[in-house]
Amino acid sequence: MESKINELLQGPIIVINLGLQKFAESLEAQKVEVVQVDWVPPAGGDKEMLDLLERLL
Amino acid sequence: MPSGFVIRKNQYYDSVFLMGISKRIADVPGVQRNAVLMGSETNKRLLADIDICDPQIDAAQPNDLVVAVIAETQQIVNDVLRRLDEFLLGGVQVASTSNPHSFEEGLAQKSNANLAVISVPGEYAAREARKALEAGLNVFLFSDNVSIDEELDLKQFAAEKKLLVMGPDCGTSLIGGIGIGFANVVRKGSIGAIGAAGTGLQEFTSQVHNAGFGISHAIGTGGHDLSDQIGGLTTLAALEALEADPATRVITIISKPPGTKTLARLIERFKTCTKPIIGCFLGAPAKPHETGANFQCAPTIDEAVWLAIRALGGEPDSNKADFSTEERQWIGREKASWSPEQKYVRGIFAGGTFCYQSQQIFRDAGILVYSNAPLEAKNKLRDSDQSLEHTFVDMGSDEYTLGKPHPMIDGTLRKQRILTESRDPQIAILLLDFILGYNASMDPVGELFDAILEARQNVKKRGGNLTVVASVCGTDGDPQDLNLQIKLLKEAGAIVFRSNAKAASFCCELLK
Repeated sequence: MESKINELLQGPIIVINLGLQKFAESLEAQKVEVVQVDWVPPAGGDKEMLDLLERLL
Repeated sequence: MPSGFVIRKNQYYDSVFLMGISKRIADVPGVQRNAVLMGSETNKRLLADIDICDPQIDAAQPNDLVVAVIAETQQIVNDVLRRLDEFLLGGVQVASTSNPHSFEEGLAQKSNANLAVISVPGEYAAREARKALEAGLNVFLFSDNVSIDEELDLKQFAAEKKLLVMGPDCGTSLIGGIGIGFANVVRKGSIGAIGAAGTGLQEFTSQVHNAGFGISHAIGTGGHDLSDQIGGLTTLAALEALEADPATRVITIISKPPGTKTLARLIERFKTCTKPIIGCFLGAPAKPHETGANFQCAPTIDEAVWLAIRALGGEPDSNKADFSTEERQWIGREKASWSPEQKYVRGIFAGGTFCYQSQQIFRDAGILVYSNAPLEAKNKLRDSDQSLEHTFVDMGSDEYTLGKPHPMIDGTLRKQRILTESRDPQIAILLLDFILGYNASMDPVGELFDAILEARQNVKKRGGNLTVVASVCGTDGDPQDLNLQIKLLKEAGAIVFRSNAKAASFCCELLK
């Protein structure tokens, strides 16, 4: 079975972009299928709350 | 000096967008300093450094927007803060209500995705990368400030899952002709590349294109991958993938020197590789590493390009290493124009690899260079803002880019440094690099044009001449107009080369 790395190299690449919107725009300009995630810090940015939530889930 | 701030709760923007807003505010007459940041702990410390302190700021959270302004009058401060929405709207980033807000939501929309590109703040990056790997996606991790333990953990997990982690702090990759992050528009071909050095990989791929050849894939690994702590996990995975890839016929690895144990491991692996390998370990001692039947070493990126082309049976124009008759004439002309006190070169770099490679070229020419990012610790500048004799400054290093745009995106930091250097009567040569491609500044030369002219004028007023030597990393396909950028540099009086190694070698000739 071909590795997922080689599958990526064979293309097409399909991207989930978390963060900088410019990166998604440059991929779209190259006709890459991309979904832009307008990422926000989870748990309102409260790291302790985030750790607690992750332990509970 | 009058100051003020505004906090907008739960209004999150990415760092590049915020830097754009900060630049627009900086252009308002009378504004001395400003900060447009999310309320993370690191950012709050940056605000404290410029004496913006308040219990409300202490209470701000990482998804709260904080805008602080210091200006000549309180009226200007108040005006800017009142007009904040105008600045934010002018920045164009409009969060689409339909866009997902988490990796899970993104995956639900694109369940066949095979790559996660992650550029969230470093403290959250490993968590998001892990989620992507668990879901079976390869990862391009642009975020920095990911700890070495987190990097090792991610890469070991990726190895188990037979996935690739490019990064952390990975600036560029080219997968099947698609540029990710800061990448140039390069034709497809049969040269594969693996690079721990972002701008090094851009220089290599651009030069392959400019020589008429093409790249199958160029895989960024992040700068720590070949350290003994990480042991080259991504490099080895990329090597295996390129070896299996039918489009790739030769593989080049560009990096700072690997850790001792990792180098030994790599060389063992090279021996069994069925394709020729070229190693370009910048900053390594002049003595070549162990080579083998299918492994050759190149001291510079230019030479790595020539060796890769030769491995394909091509005949590179390596005569380009020599200077033309015209270029040799320029050496005499420039030296004759200097006043007696002018004797030092100052390299003000946007690309870390270019700063590093230039130092190597100077070292091999027997010229001592100081730097904030030195080849050897003994040549480290005591104060990065104070050049000493021959000095090369990496303006993209963390000390300059914390909370400020990288010089590849915005020329402000370099502009200021160029003018500072021009006030030193001993400066003879200004060495610069310009990097084109996706996500880089759309007009890198234009941003520095006035500063170069002013710097030359400052030296001229003292009765001397400032020799400006520049390299341009890019291709004719890049979103910026390559020829226009070169033309602008020449109009500013610069001597322009298409490779950093050649520009640095030319400076050595000037100093002989």
